[in-house]
Amino acid sequence: MSDIPVSKAFADTERETEADRFGMWIFLATEAMLFGAILLGYFILRLKYHDAFAAGSSQLSLPLATANTAILLTSSFAMAIGAETARSGALRCAHRALWATALLGAAFLAVKAYEYHDDWDKGLLPALGVFHYTGPNAGEMALFLNFYLASTALHATHLLIGILMVAFLALPSRLPTPRRARRIESVGLYWHFVDIVWVFLFPLLYLVQR
Amino acid sequence: MTVAAPDRSTYFAEGAGLRSWLLTTDHKRVAWLYLVSLTFFFFIGGAAATLMRIELVTPQGDLLTDDAYNRLFTIHGIVMVWFFLVPSIPATLGNFLLPLMLGAKDVAFPRLNLASWYVFVFGSLFTLYAIIAGGVDTGWTFYAPLSTVYANGHVSMAAAGVFIVGFSTIMTGINFIVTTHKLRAPGQTWFRLPIFVWTLYATSLVMVLATPVLAATLLLIVLDRLFGIGIFDPAKGGDPLLFQNLFWFYSHPAVYIMILPGMGVVSEVIPCFARRPLFGYKLVAYSSIGIAVFGFLVWGHHMFVSGQSTYAGVVFSFLSFCVAIPSAIKVFNWAMTLRKGQISFETPMLYALGFVGLFAMGGFAGLFLAALGIDVDLHDTYFVIAHFHYIMVGGMVTAYMAGLHFWWPKLTGRLYSEILGKIAAGLAFLGFNLTFFPQFVLGWLGMPRRYHTYPPEFQVWNVLSSAGAVVLALAYLLPLCYLGWSLFRGARAPGNPWGATGLEWRTTSPPPEDNFAIPPVVTGPPYAYAPDVTE
Repeated sequence: MSDIPVSKAFADTERETEADRFGMWIFLATEAMLFGAILLGYFILRLKYHDAFAAGSSQLSLPLATANTAILLTSSFAMAIGAETARSGALRCAHRALWATALLGAAFLAVKAYEYHDDWDKGLLPALGVFHYTGPNAGEMALFLNFYLASTALHATHLLIGILMVAFLALPSRLPTPRRARRIESVGLYWHFVDIVWVFLFPLLYLVQR
Repeated sequence: MTVAAPDRSTYFAEGAGLRSWLLTTDHKRVAWLYLVSLTFFFFIGGAAATLMRIELVTPQGDLLTDDAYNRLFTIHGIVMVWFFLVPSIPATLGNFLLPLMLGAKDVAFPRLNLASWYVFVFGSLFTLYAIIAGGVDTGWTFYAPLSTVYANGHVSMAAAGVFIVGFSTIMTGINFIVTTHKLRAPGQTWFRLPIFVWTLYATSLVMVLATPVLAATLLLIVLDRLFGIGIFDPAKGGDPLLFQNLFWFYSHPAVYIMILPGMGVVSEVIPCFARRPLFGYKLVAYSSIGIAVFGFLVWGHHMFVSGQSTYAGVVFSFLSFCVAIPSAIKVFNWAMTLRKGQISFETPMLYALGFVGLFAMGGFAGLFLAALGIDVDLHDTYFVIAHFHYIMVGGMVTAYMAGLHFWWPKLTGRLYSEILGKIAAGLAFLGFNLTFFPQFVLGWLGMPRRYHTYPPEFQVWNVLSSAGAVVLALAYLLPLCYLGWSLFRGARAPGNPWGATGLEWRTTSPPPEDNFAIPPVVTGPPYAYAPDVTE
């Protein structure tokens, strides 16, 4: 195999592959702590203002979010195919799977953007100065909508970074196949993590009273 | 493979131009990049402290306005905590020594290592600019709603800068954990690792698990300032205590980021100059991990008077006392290592012994503050200031100096003036106690922190403290001179000037680019000092 370790610290690529994977898992642990802290804030305020949070949740578009859930889960499937085919050396197949992954990610962002636009029209974005709701607990509902915007925007930022990385990996490259497979696997772990974050956000934001 | 071999006798020989330093991925050179940057920030933070101590010589506010004073202690706090103490030992000595101690050629992710320095420099200079240009006056703690609603300075920019620096901390943490797991030399088993490696490992665990929580908190602060999301704003139904919980969930563990590596340094220095194996090696190793774990469970002791539930207060108080156990285990083990040792008092040893005394003092004061009733009285007084400076300065900075002097011959291949080193170590110990012991008294008498004026009856203690600060400043400037001088003019150091054990001493000083001429194999326990080398 023509592949040599990236770092001179490693005697062989096998050990380096283990190190890459391990490093990515630790990074994902830090990401879990980041989203965990924000979700903790969400839970505390939701316990305090349950009714307002339920009312806020019912204002959001469940069909769009459900469609997005399906899109993102499918993208993870494509990502998994990309990682497996790359590992077995079928790079052409892996490239197609990666493009599918990136496109599905972009589709998620497009739907999300449309949903934000919709929210704007309905006056559901108090953080951006549009908030038309005047019923009871309006202030607390605004808190929910702010959490909604902050957490989905943070998630979308992560997804955007993921799309860029996946698209970059799908471009032709002169790197040896095993090294590319390692990169695809690491980025794949990240992609699945971003997917899992959405799996938590979806029920917490859209299904509060259902 | 017929490559003309360049002179690989030392890592300095790999290139002398600026480019060779700024584009290096050699962990030893990255350590130097950090060392230079951290020294810069140390003196910035120190200058802010000096100005504050000068203001406090008289009871009236005659040198600085209240506003300027607030900005100064904010600079001092932010710079010293995030741009000096958190990266201090890990990013400099840790970066340099971890691969050497493991018997590896480099860290697991050398490019990530260099990237962490660039991120650090960018974030820290960004913050420094924000503080100086905009004047941040929230203190390093960014308490909401002060920081989100009432503060007028460039709080968002400063918080964003600290957020950025957090990435560099996380990069270092990931690198160290993976390196320790994957790059130990043959025979270098976990229980043959030097305690310094154990403490770096424990520190890295805290770095990767706590820093993201700070990131989330600062993100919410910035979003609140820019978009008024109100998560922490009671006027909008938000919860300011939520801020404190999140902030201290990071910042208390961060205290252990700021002391564990110091304990590691001392665990290397004391056995070497007592010529004895470290007493109770396994317990010291486990207590490092214990401190890291317990450190995550005690954040509520910063909030005893915040209005959190009394039951929470009682639990946090109990857990805070528990942290004293692994810390005490270490102190007792260092003391037992000294017993029957053939002790010699070279500069690193003077600093290390100073560390043990000052850390113990700071720890005892911590027990006072962990007690609910006493803390209600002492909260937000100079007693708290004195307590954590005994740990952070008396502990960590002293350990940093101990490590710097201990490994200086390894870092540079040069020896420094032992006489000047001893004088500086003695001055630092005296100056430190003169600065901070009066603050225990002031706090006990009830002088609150964060004010630039005070009642005249406190003046005597404040003058003593300020006088001590002058001595301390001299004690820190002195090494800058003689270490800097030795870098160019010092006598050449042999590979192992202290007769120390440990893989880093088995290679030349300074080490070659690949660290070891022959990849090492470890066959015995660490700290194999006479007389009883068997463990």
